[in-house]
Amino acid sequence: MKALRLRLVLPLAVFAAIVVLLWVGLSRDPREVPSPLIGKPAPAFTLPLLHVDGKTLGTADMKGQVWLLNVWASWCVSCRIEHPLLMELAKANVVPVIGLNYKDKPADGIAWLTEHGDPYRHSVVDADGRVGIDWGVYGVPETFVVDKAGVIRYKQIGPVTKESLEKTILPLVRELRKA
Amino acid sequence: MMPRHSIFGLARAIVVAILVAAAWPAFAQPDPALDARLKRLEEELRCLVCQNQSLADSNAPLAEDLRREVHGLAAAGKSDDEIKAFLVARYGDFVLYRPPVKSTTWLLWFGPLVLLIVGGVVWWQVARRRPRRDQPAMPGTASTAGTADAGAAALAKARALLDRPSE
Repeated sequence: MKALRLRLVLPLAVFAAIVVLLWVGLSRDPREVPSPLIGKPAPAFTLPLLHVDGKTLGTADMKGQVWLLNVWASWCVSCRIEHPLLMELAKANVVPVIGLNYKDKPADGIAWLTEHGDPYRHSVVDADGRVGIDWGVYGVPETFVVDKAGVIRYKQIGPVTKESLEKTILPLVRELRKA
Repeated sequence: MMPRHSIFGLARAIVVAILVAAAWPAFAQPDPALDARLKRLEEELRCLVCQNQSLADSNAPLAEDLRREVHGLAAAGKSDDEIKAFLVARYGDFVLYRPPVKSTTWLLWFGPLVLLIVGGVVWWQVARRRPRRDQPAMPGTASTAGTADAGAAALAKARALLDRPSE
């Protein structure tokens, strides 16, 4: 009797385990590769400003404040999706956003910002994508949250959404501010 | 005596050799050993953009950049492991087609083996309990002997066909 019950229950249990495994596995987005840089110091850079000739901005200049690094380009289609949200964020003046103009021609970048509006405190030029590699960028747009000590706390791959902004990024920024 | 065309060929080879030697510094030092090493290395690295392609196969702009980076590191004398560590530090274990064995990858590495063993045990258990086929299941059927005869007949027919001289 006992053996019979096991023979009935065991296949069901195995089936349930497979369902759970596939449910979790398939609902994940394989394009979102977890970054090994979270919890690590942000890779340092000093890059020329997009708008001002001969001036640079670096990670060292942002020490002591919580800030966002948003990787964007004029050729990046998904950047247009998140752009209105970034404009709102800039208007609310919650957190400084530095734009990393990634593998773009400066003239194209400036034209894009003039046309759509400029949500960035500053944009810096990463023309050859070298800094992008250091930050593990592989799918523009990407957004990083950096804390006061210069440690990367969060990375959003793909466009920022209203949900990710309100549920994850802004609460995290508020929390890091207090620290 | 040397045939004329081979003398002409020799002269041409000498001219080409002189030209190549003269232009040598302009070449970016072709190094077949380094190229082979980079090719092997890039085939083990995954392109982040087209995730089912290796760095060697992908035409994505990022793959180009990363290939350039890998070339630069190799030219600077870095070992394969150092180059892999460089990429893993930025993109995670995901860039490796052969991820390292550690607690988070145990399921990946040993899962199939565990499944195979479990499957083998189940198969063995089931096979042991099932009555054997070669013992007549029902009395009065002589099917075993019948099929053996039919098999032998078919085999003989096949032999005859094979032995027939081809037209």
